[in-house]
Amino acid sequence: MSLSVELPVLSPKDFASDQEIRWCPRCGDYSILAQVKKILPNLGVPREKLVFVSGIGCSSRFPYYLNTFGVHGIHGRAPAIATGLKLARPDLQVWVVTGDGDALSIGGNHILHAIRRNVNLKVLLFNNQIYGLTKGQYSPTSPLGQKTKSTPYGSVDQPLSPLAVAIGAGATFAARSVDIDIQHLTMVLERAAAHEGMAFVEIYQDCNVFNSGAFEFATDKNAKQDNCIYLEHGKPLIFGKERNKGVRLNGKGMPEIVTVNGIARDDLLFHDETADDPSQAFRLAQMRWPDSPEPLGVLRAVARPTFDGAVTSQIEQVQAKLGPGDVDALLDGGETWEVR
Amino acid sequence: MTAAALAAQPRPLESIESVVIRFCGDSGDGMQLAGTQFTNVSAVFGNDVSTLPDFPAEIRAPAGSLAGVSGYQLCFSSHEIYTPGDEVDTLVAMNPAALKTNLGDLHSGGTLIVNEDAFDKSSLAKAQYSTNPLADSRITSNYRVHNVPMTRLTRDAVEGLGLSQREADRCKNFFALGLVYWLYDRDPEPTRHWIRDKFAKKPQFAEANLRALQAGINYGDSTEAFAVHYRVPPAKLAPGRYRKITGNEALALAMATAPRLTGKDVFYAGYPITPASDILHQLSELKNFGVKTFQAEDEIAAVTSAIGAAFGGAIAVTGSSGPGIALKGEGIGLAVMTELPLVIIDVQRGGPSTGLPTKTEQSDLLLASFGRNGDCPLPILAAQSPGDCFTMMLEALRIAVGFMTPVFLLTDGYIANGAEPWAIPKLADLHPIPVHHPAEPPTNGDPFQPYLRDEHLVRPWAIPGTAGLEHRIGGIEKADVTGNICYDAENHQHMTRIRAQKVANVAAAIPPQPVDGPASGDLLVVSWGGTFGAVRTATTAARRQGQSVAHAHLRYLNPFPANLGEVLRSYRRVLVPELNTGQLRMLLRATFLVDAIGFNKVQGKPFLVAELVSAIRDALEA
Repeated sequence: MSLSVELPVLSPKDFASDQEIRWCPRCGDYSILAQVKKILPNLGVPREKLVFVSGIGCSSRFPYYLNTFGVHGIHGRAPAIATGLKLARPDLQVWVVTGDGDALSIGGNHILHAIRRNVNLKVLLFNNQIYGLTKGQYSPTSPLGQKTKSTPYGSVDQPLSPLAVAIGAGATFAARSVDIDIQHLTMVLERAAAHEGMAFVEIYQDCNVFNSGAFEFATDKNAKQDNCIYLEHGKPLIFGKERNKGVRLNGKGMPEIVTVNGIARDDLLFHDETADDPSQAFRLAQMRWPDSPEPLGVLRAVARPTFDGAVTSQIEQVQAKLGPGDVDALLDGGETWEVR
Repeated sequence: MTAAALAAQPRPLESIESVVIRFCGDSGDGMQLAGTQFTNVSAVFGNDVSTLPDFPAEIRAPAGSLAGVSGYQLCFSSHEIYTPGDEVDTLVAMNPAALKTNLGDLHSGGTLIVNEDAFDKSSLAKAQYSTNPLADSRITSNYRVHNVPMTRLTRDAVEGLGLSQREADRCKNFFALGLVYWLYDRDPEPTRHWIRDKFAKKPQFAEANLRALQAGINYGDSTEAFAVHYRVPPAKLAPGRYRKITGNEALALAMATAPRLTGKDVFYAGYPITPASDILHQLSELKNFGVKTFQAEDEIAAVTSAIGAAFGGAIAVTGSSGPGIALKGEGIGLAVMTELPLVIIDVQRGGPSTGLPTKTEQSDLLLASFGRNGDCPLPILAAQSPGDCFTMMLEALRIAVGFMTPVFLLTDGYIANGAEPWAIPKLADLHPIPVHHPAEPPTNGDPFQPYLRDEHLVRPWAIPGTAGLEHRIGGIEKADVTGNICYDAENHQHMTRIRAQKVANVAAAIPPQPVDGPASGDLLVVSWGGTFGAVRTATTAARRQGQSVAHAHLRYLNPFPANLGEVLRSYRRVLVPELNTGQLRMLLRATFLVDAIGFNKVQGKPFLVAELVSAIRDALEA
């Protein structure tokens, strides 16, 4: 009999639950689920210490399809449920799976504060620019003019940029990827998992029933190199099939597209995801296709103390100073007297 | 004999049983502080005390206005009391607005002490007096009026300390307090101690307040106007150690005690709301007791973060008042569906909507009972007094953990802010609250079944970190036993019934309903929550007058105690006095088909004993 204890080596299939997956055929969620299952065995976190928390919507069925602990919450509240869980159990790795309606409409307040506090959560926001589960109303990320069941004449409702919201709220990690861009998505998920703090990941996800092809600009093999800028830390913003286009700031500090040949490389905008000042990350978040090529990858990754860590260490400091609480002394506090 | 009593030797000292005092003034006049100090010294002296703070919702309403009047009423007694008193014996009014809004509660012949310096033309106008009421013969002949130049005397007392006039004037509440201390032979030493402690870093303020207090005492001692002063001997409370406690304090103390009784950390999430915020304030100081507090971004985040913490294995509590509870509704439904332990504290206030934030009411019983979508039952408890909040908080936790269910604990603004003496319990005498988390997956190799129930229909509390027990829960209907999503028609009916039966099973784990008075007779008065004191006093008085009246005070509102139906049927009539329009009465009628009659008041104020005595008489004669 061997005395050594072997840690079990898990594979993606060990993270599959026994539940039948009920997303529509060819939904972008399948690819995201597959990539998440792929990275989970390599995080160094035991399966029983992983918790997936979700709200309501198609994306929020995600926890049922993973054999980890999971909470399928109520609409918009996943970040709050996850915050409570993480505060109570800092030893767990807590993921939040949400959508554009769940996180940015009904749950806007919670996502804002979870980001602001830098709670150590991994947030995956599946952005399909539509309400899918309720069968096709426009969402807070649907573009102006989009015709949906609730906007038959086209949406007149100004959309928001999830990453701009996140960076505006002080996100320490903000990234964007695409459901079927397997390698890129895997890289972004691994980066998010490794980030010590709130990791906010927007994933473009194709709802092939109600908003099919919304992200073709970023998935079309022939066009995506021209439409997207794949960010790399410390490198200049260069893109295009021919790698011949770049981004530089004009005299007004605004990004403009230039041909790389003919200008000095150092004149291009260099990507610094660790910059303390979020201005450049915010500017990148505002670059949206089709008005401009759109950045994909990690826009921002900075170190800042986590909320859950700060809560824990404050408790430890108070305990070190005051010692463990004496209940009898506490009850006997205030103005007391003896009746004989 | 106290120092004050020694100094007052030459003046006659009359012994009386109990006294009701009300301090009232502008909300910046420090009336809550004066009232609290008087309560403390009386409690320490050994009187039974009961208090009623009454303050405006505005932090600083316009100075001198009728809306800005803040009051603090207290009763102190040589016998056991349950209420702060119906009528006021001594009214201290610091300005015309306070006089106008409070004089109606002073009984004829009562003592009225006013700060005459505040009765200038502009203050009289703000109080909508066209003439000075202090010169009105209806007042001077009806009450024993003492016009005291408090502002001037306070300024004189603190002269030379370098205080601005504004700072000097802020000391006049201590002058008033000193005068009333003299009048009722109180020992000022605890207050002196408090002042020195409070202003330790500002010695000139400490000195100023001490001088103002002494000036007030001296004024009483040396003025011929006060012919007598009074003594209220200590009450004969059961022997033991006591402290003064408010309902919100008691809740916080219970939660700080819970980690020792459960072996688990407590997680409390709240969002600022009157009158529940003090719970969050007090708990956030107790970080070395195994208590984590979280000021959430909103009420919904408070309840859902608590649900997250409960899923993680914490003893989870969220607290609020009516408007916040309304927001929490969907989250509470999630806790019912996921069958996680959670206590929801509702410190009730006047409603609907924003209603009367600082005033008391008990109009959230139906909200707690039914304020969620779907058939969504949960246990509901209600504390009956400030000290009882401690007991019922632990009781709510016991039921939540024992039955894997959210539990409502109802208190109200009256007992949350009101104070009473509380016999201090010992940790060793409190019952442990057993918590069980399964540690192993089923031995037969089957997957873990999160909705496999025990004989009480309670599901296991399996928590993250336990290998082999990975499972998913959520708000969608689930199959019995496995907990998997299930839209099956028969299963939904089955699960709806199971959830209701589980809550009904709590009846076997709570005490039978006690009755004060005869076991059968003409009238049973049924009350719940913070009206206990007034109703108990009234029913006792009715029996003393020879009436056949009993009192059943409910602390368990869902499920009702198992014997309640039998109790109700043992009397000819049932009267249900409530500070709402008849919510418990509706539940009793619906549940027991009993023709209960109501006595209902919704004025933001507790019952007066006299109005209950009269309602009892009416019910008996009806």
